[in-house]
Amino acid sequence: MIVRVMGEGQFRLGEEAVGRLNELDERAQEALDRDDEGELDRYLDEMTALVRRDGERLPEDDLSPSDAIVPPSDMTLAETKMFFSDQGLIPDV
Amino acid sequence: MGLMSRTSAIVRAWYSKLLDRAEDPAVTLDYSYERQLELLQNVKKGIADVVTAKKRLELQTKKLETELPKLDEQARQALAANREDLARAALERKAFAQQQLQSLDQQIDDLAAQQEKLTDSEKRLSAKVEAFRTEKETIKAQYSAAEAQVKIGEAATGIGEEMADTGLAIQRAQDKTEQMQARAAAVDELVESGTLEDHTSSGTQLDRELAQISAQSQVDADLERLKGELSGGTQKELEKESK
Repeated sequence: MIVRVMGEGQFRLGEEAVGRLNELDERAQEALDRDDEGELDRYLDEMTALVRRDGERLPEDDLSPSDAIVPPSDMTLAETKMFFSDQGLIPDV
Repeated sequence: MGLMSRTSAIVRAWYSKLLDRAEDPAVTLDYSYERQLELLQNVKKGIADVVTAKKRLELQTKKLETELPKLDEQARQALAANREDLARAALERKAFAQQQLQSLDQQIDDLAAQQEKLTDSEKRLSAKVEAFRTEKETIKAQYSAAEAQVKIGEAATGIGEEMADTGLAIQRAQDKTEQMQARAAAVDELVESGTLEDHTSSGTQLDRELAQISAQSQVDADLERLKGELSGGTQKELEKESK
């Protein structure tokens, strides 16, 4: 499975690692629901670290789409909320 | 739904909106390529803006660093003139300047991190844009319109993600840079007015008194020098007469 970590690039990740990634993803979502910035940061950092450590980086000129995208781990709670809101954080080009 | 699915949905919606403009596959490909080049220009401009902001903060750091020994000297002169109150005020300014310096260091580090991120983004996007350019010519030359639609879908998705990622990196760097520029302007004002005081003390009065003490010690030093010259001169004249 191809996973993109925003701001980091794309990685190929094995099934077992994807399982762990999904668990962390659920916890990250719960932390966001609780407005718990510390925990949210921690889970997103762990997700990024897991993909980096257990994944294999895709060549930069690979045009394959990703199966999953991990949001950036260094956003503030306000930025994260904005990112997931209808307004969005990615500007129009 | 977890954060990853939501992120994928956001990214997909973003590039679908961007590329959903043309019916003709060839037009879609060319249009997408144009936007990619535009985004590459934007990311380059973003890097230049971050570098400019960083340079400005570095310049401020230098200015503040030259203020520190001056304030030390003012405090020393004030103490020598038995004005502990003024010495204290000068040292308070020094402490404030040091706080500013620390915060500037942090901001410079932040901007350096933004610069690195944008540079990495540019590198990744460049590589993908180049791959897309080759792919687009192949698709145009080798596939029927129907087949091309599928191929375009794949290539456009792959690069669309990278574009959204880069777009976000540019936006965040820009927000950071703007925040720092506003802060830099405030610190510039402080340094240029020569009053690094906090808002509670009266800067102008303090300035005058410190300047007075500084002038006073300058006058004292000059007097000593002149006295020395005079007495030396008298001595020489006496020596001449005795010959």
